[in-house]
Amino acid sequence: MSQRRLIYLDNNATTPCDPRVVDAMIPFFYEKHGNAASRSHQFGWEAEDAVDYAREQIAKLLDVEDKEVIFTSGATESNNLALKGVFEMYAKKGNHIITAETEHKAILDTCGHLEKAGAEITYLKVREDGLIDLAELEAAIKPNTILVSLMWANNETGVIHPMREIAIICEKHGVLFHSDATQAVGKIPTHPREVGIHLMSFTAHKMYGPKGVGALYVSRKNPRVKVTAQMDGGGHERGMRSGTLNVPGIVGFGKAAEIAREEMQQDAARLSKLRDHLQTELTKLEETKVNGNEQSRMPHVANISFKHVEGEGLMMTFNQNIAVSSGSACTSASLEPSYVLVGMGLGDDLAHSSIRFSLGRFTTAEEVDQAIELVRAGVNHMRDLSPIWEMYQEGVDLTKIEWSAH
Amino acid sequence: MAYSEKVLDHFKSPRNVGTLNKDAKNVGTGLVGAPECGDVMRLQIEVDDATGLIKDAKFKTFGCGSAIASSSLATEWLKGKSLDDAMRIDNMDIVEELALPPVKIHCSVLAEDAIKAAIADYQQKNGITAPVAMAEALA
Repeated sequence: MSQRRLIYLDNNATTPCDPRVVDAMIPFFYEKHGNAASRSHQFGWEAEDAVDYAREQIAKLLDVEDKEVIFTSGATESNNLALKGVFEMYAKKGNHIITAETEHKAILDTCGHLEKAGAEITYLKVREDGLIDLAELEAAIKPNTILVSLMWANNETGVIHPMREIAIICEKHGVLFHSDATQAVGKIPTHPREVGIHLMSFTAHKMYGPKGVGALYVSRKNPRVKVTAQMDGGGHERGMRSGTLNVPGIVGFGKAAEIAREEMQQDAARLSKLRDHLQTELTKLEETKVNGNEQSRMPHVANISFKHVEGEGLMMTFNQNIAVSSGSACTSASLEPSYVLVGMGLGDDLAHSSIRFSLGRFTTAEEVDQAIELVRAGVNHMRDLSPIWEMYQEGVDLTKIEWSAH
Repeated sequence: MAYSEKVLDHFKSPRNVGTLNKDAKNVGTGLVGAPECGDVMRLQIEVDDATGLIKDAKFKTFGCGSAIASSSLATEWLKGKSLDDAMRIDNMDIVEELALPPVKIHCSVLAEDAIKAAIADYQQKNGITAPVAMAEALA
């Protein structure tokens, strides 16, 4: 079947691997296949050198010390290690952790796990624009609070939390600060030491690196943070994460970090223009809403609700041509819309009508123009089919209808 | 998730999209679902007074591809049927015809509800008492 190349606007889900990253990785599958923990021969030394170099490349991107970068299998593992590791290590200090309702499941479900283990978790609400209320955060800190965990940028809306302000509050109260920076690292400057973040999770595959490799930044001085290992074994990664290192993955991660450091600024400038164009054109359609604070947002993301159109159906009109994500999870038995958007006070109806567009390094201006046309056509098609669009146009107050919820 | 060919066909070329005059005495309108649940179906039937058969059916649906396909298919099936036969359309017939996966069965249920609601509306307008079973189905 001949088909146009799909336009990929789902870079928040995962990014393609940069060809330069792939090139850097290839020798480490066969020629340089050694185990970085093998100390007795050339293969091992070579692998260890490659890992050290990658660690350095990543440390440079973050402006931290090499030793503060702990390799993991990805951001989910990093989040688990940070939260569970801190909870166990600092059990004597307290058991209270503060996070937010709009965090990724890797944080929320880990917190749920810790609650069963005796942790007390505060889930901060967010305002309509997706940002937390800093006064509420400060008020939530108690004598038994050990950790605040707040994401740098939200995966669904791209909304960026005020990291420095949060860090100042944490410092003031002597509480550790962890950030899930998965969506931010490699795309905007993320310097945890400078900001005052003590632990930071991120992953290669959101920054044009390979899947299956991530890292946790763990501050080594002022304060020296320790986490208990969640995996027992050979004591790799300063004892915090056992398991043979994924050498090719780590090499790719390092290369991706190096490229990001060099090209982040120009990528961000280009993508924010394309994103703004996409958003401007799509919001020319009637009854649309941009979700999340537009002043504090990742440069490549736009989350837009198209009222009176269901997201999954809308995606179906163009999914032969464009790959995006919807805030509507109509495939689940519960029909639950995005908890992030609902947490921002968006009605379930608007949450069901939302589409996340996330651009990336390889998105072209032509692709964005094509996407604008396809999405517009799709919205119009779906509105022609939508009874609630018809009612809206007739001036029916949709809130007054007694819907038969099912 | 991959959709079946039939779902895709109904989605791309939906049959009988539109609106009948809901105030006409021989038109029955069923509106089921809720925007916050992610699907709303409006299904309308126009009954021929002389023959008692459904002579036209129209729909509009807010929802996913399966919901649109289910209601599109329902309108095709309704045309030419008596109200009694229309009442016998079962959601599982729709599931089978469209090869809906388990997570999309609710779309077919909604279509069946919409058919029954449209018939009930017609019967109410025309002073025909709805059977108890139907009233329950609509509750």
